[in-house]
Amino acid sequence: MSRLQTTSLIDHDMTDCLLNKTHQTWGYLCEFNDIPPNSGICVSYQNQQIALFNVNTIKKVYAVSNYDPIGKANVISRGIIGTINEQLVVASPLFKQHFNLKTGICIENPKVCLNIYAIRVYSNAVWIKKYP
Amino acid sequence: MKLQKIVIIGNGMVGHEFIRQMLIQPSVSQFTMTTISSEPRLAYDRVQLSSFFSGTPVKKLMLTDENYYKENNVNFILNEKVIAIDKDKKRVYTTSGLCEVYDKLILATGSYPFVPPIAGNDQPHCLVYRTIEDLERIKVSAEFSKIGVVVGGGLLGLEAANALKNLGLETHVVEFAPQLMAIQLDESGSALLKRKIEALGVSIHIDKSTKDISTGTNARYRMMFTDGSHLETDMIVFSAGIRPYDELARSCALEIGERGGIAINNVCQTSDPNIYAIGECALWNKKIFGLVAPGYQMARVAVSHITGGNEQFSGADMSTKLKLLGVQVGSIGDAHGHTTGAQCYSFCDETEQVYKRLVVSGSGKKLLGAILVGDTEDYSNLLQLYLNGIDLPQSPEQLLIPSHDLNSAPVLGVDALPESAQLCTCYSVSKGDIQQAVLQGCCDMAAIKSSTSASTGCGGCSALVKQVMDSELTKQGITVNNHLCEHFSYTRQALVDIIRIQKIKTFDSLLEKYGKGLGCDICKPTVASILSSYWNEYILKKEHVGLQDTNDAFLANLQKNGSYSVVPRIPGGEITPDKLIAIGNVAKQFNLYTKITGGQRIDLFGAALHQLPEIWKQLIDAGFETGHAYGKAMRTVKSCVGTNWCRYGVQDSTSMAIAIEDRYKGLRSPHKIKMAVSGCTRECAEAQSKDIGVIATEKGWNLYVGGNGGMRPRHATLFASDLDNQTLICYIDRILMFYIRTADRLQRTSVWLENMEGGIDYLRSVVVEDKLGICDVLEQEMVDCIANYQCEWRTTLENPERLKRFRHFINSDQPDSNLIYSTERDQIKPMAIEH
Repeated sequence: MSRLQTTSLIDHDMTDCLLNKTHQTWGYLCEFNDIPPNSGICVSYQNQQIALFNVNTIKKVYAVSNYDPIGKANVISRGIIGTINEQLVVASPLFKQHFNLKTGICIENPKVCLNIYAIRVYSNAVWIKKYP
Repeated sequence: MKLQKIVIIGNGMVGHEFIRQMLIQPSVSQFTMTTISSEPRLAYDRVQLSSFFSGTPVKKLMLTDENYYKENNVNFILNEKVIAIDKDKKRVYTTSGLCEVYDKLILATGSYPFVPPIAGNDQPHCLVYRTIEDLERIKVSAEFSKIGVVVGGGLLGLEAANALKNLGLETHVVEFAPQLMAIQLDESGSALLKRKIEALGVSIHIDKSTKDISTGTNARYRMMFTDGSHLETDMIVFSAGIRPYDELARSCALEIGERGGIAINNVCQTSDPNIYAIGECALWNKKIFGLVAPGYQMARVAVSHITGGNEQFSGADMSTKLKLLGVQVGSIGDAHGHTTGAQCYSFCDETEQVYKRLVVSGSGKKLLGAILVGDTEDYSNLLQLYLNGIDLPQSPEQLLIPSHDLNSAPVLGVDALPESAQLCTCYSVSKGDIQQAVLQGCCDMAAIKSSTSASTGCGGCSALVKQVMDSELTKQGITVNNHLCEHFSYTRQALVDIIRIQKIKTFDSLLEKYGKGLGCDICKPTVASILSSYWNEYILKKEHVGLQDTNDAFLANLQKNGSYSVVPRIPGGEITPDKLIAIGNVAKQFNLYTKITGGQRIDLFGAALHQLPEIWKQLIDAGFETGHAYGKAMRTVKSCVGTNWCRYGVQDSTSMAIAIEDRYKGLRSPHKIKMAVSGCTRECAEAQSKDIGVIATEKGWNLYVGGNGGMRPRHATLFASDLDNQTLICYIDRILMFYIRTADRLQRTSVWLENMEGGIDYLRSVVVEDKLGICDVLEQEMVDCIANYQCEWRTTLENPERLKRFRHFINSDQPDSNLIYSTERDQIKPMAIEH
């Protein structure tokens, strides 16, 4: 999956899709309040497991794949988030490697990476960018 | 090539050291060794002999075992006395008629206790203090006695007195000289020692010469003194010095000193070049060395000479530091100031009961000797000044005045020490060795200890070793950065103090005031743990949930495939059949892999995240509560069945274990805590491998601290003996809260204790003597924490909002499709998945 820019928390361009939660380019994932502050959850989207993180301190939501390619289990959403040398990261709960939330790249082993997804939050809903 | 045959007579500490040293020589294959000992067992640690009375089993005193000798092809003949040596034929003969041929003969026959020639000294309850058999006799005799007398107020005599006191006897010490420890102490030091020992309930009778021992009126014996007075007692232990075992050497006409001892030269040869003598039977330069370190040195020298090396024995320093009946005593070099022109400084603090004396050279530049009573903290520093001939500071009296400012630099900088300075005399570790270890990457005490063995013997040098390590780290530009992480420029201890004193309740407010950035997977769980230790709030509260490590975050143990394991609490390992069945039913219903843990509980593996609430609902309904197996917290208290069932038990260990587990369950701490309670010295609960170990005695409980199994096993250290229930709990409260307050992140109690300056003695001074004046606070903190205990699973089940997180997907009820299992031995086993 290609690397995409994450976008800001609030987007005023999405009023039209609020009611029926459908949109041409954005897919609905969950309610924003479903993600505890400074914590993560896992959502299922088109048979993929996606880890969502609510970095409340800087008011951003990030999405990466939930599969830990090193620990080989679907657990990334249960990791602790934070910063390492100013990079925003999630630490795998299995063996504690750190993955950059913006690029998906593993800090300890840059050959390994998570998939990343473009996310929009509008009002109280979290949306993911659809792929053509 | 013909093998050289070495016969070693005597298998005490020094005899064994000779063998050990031989075995590490490259040329060891050119020799065969046979050792003959009249004792029934191989070498054991005579220095620690008195610990036999505080319950240390003989097995732990052993320095070696038969397997080690067998594996290394060392022949050993026990319970066999050598009665003659034929120097010309190079043969030795034993009582049972054995004959051994030798090329080189080593006499390591040691010494025997001197029993003064007093009429009546051969009665059944007149004993000596030298071997394990002697101690067994004393123990038996004490059971039939109320009063005990030790004849001899020297170092060994006072140790024997301690033993009698611990055996519960009314204890007296009778000394011929006008003072105690006449060799090591001067009059003032000795007088203070006497006062301190008397305050502990041991009566001291100095200047008393015993005329005879007759039948007593109120006790078994009456000791008549030459001054007309008398003392009644039920038993007598003679400990009035040692005499070298030189009978064998005399009978084969080796050169013997005027007052005994087998004369040796600088390479430990006797007057027959094929016969060596080492240890306390040997006389070098008309001196006998009654300590183990010089004996070891002689063993090394003899090994060196036999294998073609050129080491020489050149005398030994007889300085000593020890604790007699709980009183610290140190003596260095020329303590009496016999050197011509010597001058003295002395310091006496009557309120603190401390006496110190320095003997310096006429020029005032060099330290010649010292005496310390009541406080031996300066011993290592002074010993280094003395051994290395270091110039004293301008006004040497500074060395005597206690420093109250903890931050002031020590008077003697370790940088003044030469590289050759021996810091650890037990294991001959020099300053250079420590520097080398630091160069190779050791940067804490635990690493230094395992790499050099320094401070692992008596531990007396640990403060000094740490100073050398710190200084070396600084010199190499390695700033010991003990900041918790990049977000907090504080140590864990400092953060504890901030949280405790400022009463900070959340990570965010701590970060705002004292940190920077967003935090990370190091500081978040650490702070969460500290918050929980002090305020003990529900850890899944909104403001805490994001801080928790994944195990804590879901109150279960994450396994490799992303599933969890569940461990209900089974206090003390005691469980009813009904509860056992309830666990079985849950395991069966959810198809969980079931295994018994080392902590006497049952672990259920393979639960998916969404199954945890239902599993716990059933467990709680059956009367269980959470086991905190997921937390860096107090886990289990293992126990044996104790007096209720066991034929050998002396206390109800199961009830004690359950009470302890109930008190400390779930207490969050720098790392996990495991405990155990054993009902007798057989130690079936393996308490000495736990952070907190409790072992029953006839009189109460012995408390052990700092044990560990796992990767770096460590036997727990005996902290206190014969405690009643209340004192036991009080000490554990204080120790745990002090650990929580001062340990590093993820530091088990074993490493915490090893890194603690002053070690177990310091911990005792804090917990027992309340040296820091914090015991009340520590106890209150524990009480507060216990008052806020909750079963985290019960709280979670009561709160539907919290339960939302216990689903694999927030937007679907589907489980994680990657949790797939095969079957092995009728149970599930995770299968690897690949993406």
